[in-house]
Amino acid sequence: MAEPKQDFIRIRNVSKHFGDFVAVDNVDLTIGQGELFAILGGSGCGKSTLLRMMAGFETPTSGTIEIDGVDVTQQPPYERPVNMMFQSYAIFPHMTVEKNIAYGLRKDGIADDKIAQRVDDMLGLVQLGDFRKRKPDQLSGGQRQRVALARALIKEPKVLLLDEPLAALDKKLREKTQFELMNIQDKLGITFVVVTHDQEEAMTLSTRIAVMDEGRFLQVGTSKEIYEYPESRFVADFIGTINMFEGIVTHAGDEAISVACDDLGTELHALGSYDVELGQHVCVAVRPEKIFISVEQPDDAQGDVCLRGVVDDLGYFGNRSLYRIRLESGRMIQVSRQNQRRSAKRFVEWEDKIWVTWRPRSAVVILDEA
Amino acid sequence: MRRQSRFIISVLAFGYAFLYIPLVSVVVYSFNDSKLATVWGGFSTRWYGELFRNDQILDATFLSLQIAATSATFATILGTIAGLVLVRFGRFRGRTLFSGMITSPLVMPEVITGLSLLLLFVSMQQLFGWPAQRGFSTIMIAHTTFAMAYVAVIVRSRLSAMDESLEEAAMDLGGRPLRVVFDITLPLIAPAMISGWLLAFTLSLDDLVIASFVSGPGSSTLPMYIFSKVKLGVTPDINALASLIILIVSVALLIAWAVMRKNQSR
Amino acid sequence: MGTVTRSDTTWRRISIAVPYLWLFVFFLLPFAIILKISLADPVIAQPPFTPMFDADGGLSISLDNFLFLLTDKLYAVTYLKSVLMAAAATILCLTLGFPMAYGIARSSSSVRSLLLLLIVLPFWISFLLRVYAWMGLLNNYGAINNTLLWLGVIDQPLQLMYTDFAIFIGLTYSYLPFMVLPLYATLERMDMDLIEAAQDLGASRTRAFWDVTWPLARAGVIAGCMLVFIPAMGEYVIPYLLGGPESLLIGRVLFDEFFVNRDWPLASSVAIVLLLLMVVPIVFMQRNQAPELEAPE
Repeated sequence: MAEPKQDFIRIRNVSKHFGDFVAVDNVDLTIGQGELFAILGGSGCGKSTLLRMMAGFETPTSGTIEIDGVDVTQQPPYERPVNMMFQSYAIFPHMTVEKNIAYGLRKDGIADDKIAQRVDDMLGLVQLGDFRKRKPDQLSGGQRQRVALARALIKEPKVLLLDEPLAALDKKLREKTQFELMNIQDKLGITFVVVTHDQEEAMTLSTRIAVMDEGRFLQVGTSKEIYEYPESRFVADFIGTINMFEGIVTHAGDEAISVACDDLGTELHALGSYDVELGQHVCVAVRPEKIFISVEQPDDAQGDVCLRGVVDDLGYFGNRSLYRIRLESGRMIQVSRQNQRRSAKRFVEWEDKIWVTWRPRSAVVILDEA
Repeated sequence: MRRQSRFIISVLAFGYAFLYIPLVSVVVYSFNDSKLATVWGGFSTRWYGELFRNDQILDATFLSLQIAATSATFATILGTIAGLVLVRFGRFRGRTLFSGMITSPLVMPEVITGLSLLLLFVSMQQLFGWPAQRGFSTIMIAHTTFAMAYVAVIVRSRLSAMDESLEEAAMDLGGRPLRVVFDITLPLIAPAMISGWLLAFTLSLDDLVIASFVSGPGSSTLPMYIFSKVKLGVTPDINALASLIILIVSVALLIAWAVMRKNQSR
Repeated sequence: MGTVTRSDTTWRRISIAVPYLWLFVFFLLPFAIILKISLADPVIAQPPFTPMFDADGGLSISLDNFLFLLTDKLYAVTYLKSVLMAAAATILCLTLGFPMAYGIARSSSSVRSLLLLLIVLPFWISFLLRVYAWMGLLNNYGAINNTLLWLGVIDQPLQLMYTDFAIFIGLTYSYLPFMVLPLYATLERMDMDLIEAAQDLGASRTRAFWDVTWPLARAGVIAGCMLVFIPAMGEYVIPYLLGGPESLLIGRVLFDEFFVNRDWPLASSVAIVLLLLMVVPIVFMQRNQAPELEAPE
């Protein structure tokens, strides 16, 4: 197989204005062939508009969209090598499963027996062989989704767009479908672009994520990059939970920096090289699972941050517990901990006095404007 | 659902009685043997028999049915296109005027529509020589014009309730807009189109005023015939005709209702 | 919608053009012709009015007809009467129709479809025949008088036919379904929990009605009223069959002016003035049309 193209999908300076309202604000994006790419954002951030522009249902106010080297910006949806799986699935209610799936091929003028063969293959791929003659109102939500998927994939598009694919499914089904989607994508090698507001969905499904807000991309990277190295307060807060401490840089070295935080009444150290100046306002952020709770004072090794606090609230979630700790300075932080031991007695109780610690390398420094 | 208040139930009862007592009374009197329609003379079905021997009534009925079927079909086609245009085509030049024109016939008094169309036909006759004789075609045109407004309303409301992503999905899969209309949109609004056709048919069959304006000698529709007779007062053969129509419409509607209920419960 | 190609644009143009042209020729243009003729004088000729342009190309219009209408007391009274009658019928339809629509909207679904069917059925039966049915009832020897005589309430038949009262009843009877149906559509969509919430917060049933139900039903009330009031203003059949020689309504006047007096210009001007009277309610109705019927911009 030929080397997958890095810039299979090129979105350049694309904007979309609806009157005065700017839905998409001058975005650039490059997606590689065979990627499973996610665009993540809250409602109203512009992700659906961007998706519709890629599908051809909206025309960009400015900018271009290229797919496999071809400028498709002005092409109508029925001429693009792009297919979409709609959020509502949009299965034609007056056609059987078979006819639904075959619809796209009929338009291409392919011979009937060829169509039948491809439909068979698709039904096998999505495991709906027994349902071929059913009508949509006789199918469950999950089955309808598979029909929508088969219908889009049968045309072997270069790009498959998915609009909130897991939103309507319950938790168990969601997990199952997630893996199915990834398998299918892997098998067929089609480039997937998923639009979602659900971070879990984005993180598990995709190879790379673009976090979007108010029509702009805030950060583009792998799940790990986004989670562990957020580049803005918004992204840090949007993905999962995070504790953020504002402060001023007191020392900037090659390997580490120190930040004085009023909130905590102490200095925080973070590993890594950051392009900062003394006196600059930054934010030091630590994820809840990277903070440890102990009842006894821990050894102050390797410059760990060590703070005293009181358990303000706790929540039990089966595999893990979440704690809200009130530090001496009055500041609240969140800590999460795997429940590794099975015991009738809780690890700590409300109002317990405890110590919290974290390693300097667990903290990430965020430089964007507050 | 919830228990209804006594007030509501009594108003409902009164309202339905108000609606149906006149109809019931007509049916009862149609079996009246006496020539004086309002004085009871005994039970008889002779007026029904007389109906079928009356050539004028039969001719008028046939003409009305023809006009109704033709104008209903044209009205459905035009009204459906208008409905599609207004709901799916977004903005275009002259849209406000178009929207106004398609809803005004719904409320326009019939004397005005009738008068305006007659004057149009007279002017056209002066200018082009057509229509030389007013009758079937002029009535048909008139009925199509006001009926399409009704069809458009029905189609519009069905279209707005329809999921637009169905048409987008079809386009995404390679269907050109025109193909999509025939493959997806029309099949899904078919029930609305059928009710539109039926409504247009009934309106045409029932129209008196407009037909009076735009018809010519020799083309008398059923309502025109009935009107010419009832001007003079209540007559027994019209009682019979009325009862027959009431019966046919009631049976047709009941059948339609039963069929719809069966479909819904499936 | 999305981007389109040239042939799609052509089809789009055709789709807009066909109904547009039809309506323009057969709906709008005739009004222009009415206007033109209203500005002419009647003559004994075929057609019976003076042409707009003289043989030498000069414009010959006369406002005689309009002046006549404005100064003639009879016409003013007739217009006023038509408006008042239509308004009265609308109010009665609303008073009777609102509780009916409410009752139907709140009934259980099995009963509801039957109730709706029964409201719609008279609508499908010929308008003319329904008015005719009232002729039989209101007659001096009709069912109403017979019943009252038999009950001993009266000893002489009441003159019910050929009166304004008969017209009023006839209008209400014929237009009642037009009021009930839009009201039902609006009420059916209303969330009944809102009324219970209001009552839970201390509102009595009447208060809850005025505070919650009535404002939410506004759209349906307006639609229903317009569907009754506007056509009722120009009614012809009902005043003719049920009214007497003194109960003249404008629809009848127009018809008579045209067919009996053969005064086409005057009839046209009567129509124009009636149209002008209707412009305000029509525009009002258009503005208040249910937003769901309009496409999103």
